[in-house]
Amino acid sequence: MALLELRNVSKIYHLGGEEIRALDGVSLDIGGGEFVSIIGPSGSGKSTLMHILGCLDTPSHGTVTLDGTEVQRATPRELAHMRNRKIGFVFQFFNLLPKLNVVQNVELPMIYAGVSGRERRKRAEHALELVEMSHRLKNRPSQLSGGQQQRVAIARALVNDPKIVFADEPTGNLDTHTGEIILALFRKLSQEGRTIIIVTHNPEIAAVTPRRIEIRNGKIAEKVDERLAGLDRLAAKAGSLAPAA
Amino acid sequence: MIFVNSIVVGLKEIWAHKSRSFLTMLGIILGVTSLVGMSAIIKGMENGMKEAMIAMGGVDKVLVRTQPVPAWQDHLADSAPGRTLTDVMALQNSAPLIRLVSPEMALDDVMISRGEKRTEPSECVGAWPAVLEMNLHTLAHGRFFNEIDEAEARPVCVIGTGIRDELFGRPDEIGKEIIPLGETIMIENQPFVIVGMFQEYMGEQEAKERIRQKELRDKQEQAGPKRSRGWGRRGGWAFWRKNMTVYIPLNTAWVRFRSGGTAGSGIPDPRLTDMDIKVADFSRLEEALQQARNVLLLTHQGIEDFSFETQENQIENINKQIKNARLSGGIIAGISLLVGGIGIMNIMLASINERVREIGICKAVGATSANIFIQILIESAVIALIGGLMGLVVSELFVDLLGALTPSANSPVITRNAELVAVAFSVAVGVLAGILPAIKAASFSPIEALRYE
Repeated sequence: MALLELRNVSKIYHLGGEEIRALDGVSLDIGGGEFVSIIGPSGSGKSTLMHILGCLDTPSHGTVTLDGTEVQRATPRELAHMRNRKIGFVFQFFNLLPKLNVVQNVELPMIYAGVSGRERRKRAEHALELVEMSHRLKNRPSQLSGGQQQRVAIARALVNDPKIVFADEPTGNLDTHTGEIILALFRKLSQEGRTIIIVTHNPEIAAVTPRRIEIRNGKIAEKVDERLAGLDRLAAKAGSLAPAA
Repeated sequence: MIFVNSIVVGLKEIWAHKSRSFLTMLGIILGVTSLVGMSAIIKGMENGMKEAMIAMGGVDKVLVRTQPVPAWQDHLADSAPGRTLTDVMALQNSAPLIRLVSPEMALDDVMISRGEKRTEPSECVGAWPAVLEMNLHTLAHGRFFNEIDEAEARPVCVIGTGIRDELFGRPDEIGKEIIPLGETIMIENQPFVIVGMFQEYMGEQEAKERIRQKELRDKQEQAGPKRSRGWGRRGGWAFWRKNMTVYIPLNTAWVRFRSGGTAGSGIPDPRLTDMDIKVADFSRLEEALQQARNVLLLTHQGIEDFSFETQENQIENINKQIKNARLSGGIIAGISLLVGGIGIMNIMLASINERVREIGICKAVGATSANIFIQILIESAVIALIGGLMGLVVSELFVDLLGALTPSANSPVITRNAELVAVAFSVAVGVLAGILPAIKAASFSPIEALRYE
């Protein structure tokens, strides 16, 4: 059984009497340890897909099974629980809490998981070590560069040891070089066996992942877009960065 | 765990918006100050009233008053005897439920002098030794009158310290305490020998103040000008009045001042100016008064020219006044606290609107709606609690200021209870005020909240 199973999933919004199908009959399996990118232009429904995969939202129709649990039947409380224990999020705008310092930001998911103070501290420091941010524990997010903030955000996503890490345009707000470092970090995490799903509109990013899922008009495209072909060169380049990171 | 963390985050939130939080708290601070201040003032009033009550003779003292004869006895008005020594004797012999009878014969507008110095006592009264117990006097120096003084109508007197202060000098002005036993003073130009002096009566508040000043004086060793505040009227009217008492034997008052008749009339006036009684058993007050009434009706040949005035009525009055003051004070303070609560609600609503995104992040990393709800509620309660504690400090200062402005027996007293109630009430207000914003914050959908700019 796959880690994530979508069967005939639709998401329908009603805007002023008009029916908008953000997702239309999507079926999808993602197995444990996969490194996947979900690509598509803005408005294609990829964000909606990620929200549903990430337990932030529930589908209008169809079934979503995450690690054996049926998401569409879960209460908001159970969804929060799943987000807390099974999923880690990395966002385009980092989304660190400005009033907390680095360690406190990383500790946040564990607070909601009810982890004791000492254990929290230990695990947070360990996660920050993984992303090479151990030297800035007491800094506020505003005192860090974008790349550093994103690394803290990744540490936060990893700290509850989730089954899946979602990254929504993780490099969208970073310069190319920093973006490549972050991508290399994801690559490394993937090699360590984590399931990572990157959502992006940028084919160059998607090229880094072995598996690509393209969304167009709320449906999964049969074949990956032509434009993505010939990007192996970029993938190779990203790959060559990996040992450096 | 989440609870402690919520408090920490709440404190950070308050610290991040210092001036805004302070202005929000101001409502609570004022509310708590008015609640604590109000109750302190009322407590001071209560203390003052009760002390005055005791200074005037305690609760079991009953005044026998004269009153106009009732309408159906109007034709007998001329034979109304008034209160006389006959009544006193009758009560002593025939009313066993009456423990103590104290007749008084007061002299009006008396001038007391010694050399150049002169003063008017609050009362100059011919009395029996029973007056000591009746008016709760304590003799500090010398003796009170004995049977011989009474029988021979001797010119002796017992004075309060206020009279001593006026005629011989205040201890804190002349540096030593004079005990004028054996000295002669003139009462209405007749020489009287002082045989006794009462202790100095003062309120609790004044006694403390006195000790403080004494310590201060000991330190300064009389440096600087002598302190004189007012006209010996410190410590409230009731104490001043008690300290300005002059007693002479009843018979002396009669023989030397009254038997010649009051000014102009030339007719001797044997009527007493006051007749106070104390009952043997306070729980049988009604019965005792009935008995006294029966005896007095006999001596007055059925003419009802007297009535009883118990201090019970007065205590009831005091309690009623205090209750009313508490109620109105409580309502005013409660309203201001409520207004403070509305301020908190307002600021919490503004605060969560600013933090929609943060709330979205918390939800994305696993916060449940309940977590968010409790977080906001705690923040709101923490603001109110800090405001409440600051309010206690402010009220302390406020009451000190009031006390400094009115150095009397009625200076306000802060009670622990009032403080507890005020803080508890402000926290309750904070929690109530937080409910609406907390519901709002908890109901954000994580996606919407994350998208919010």
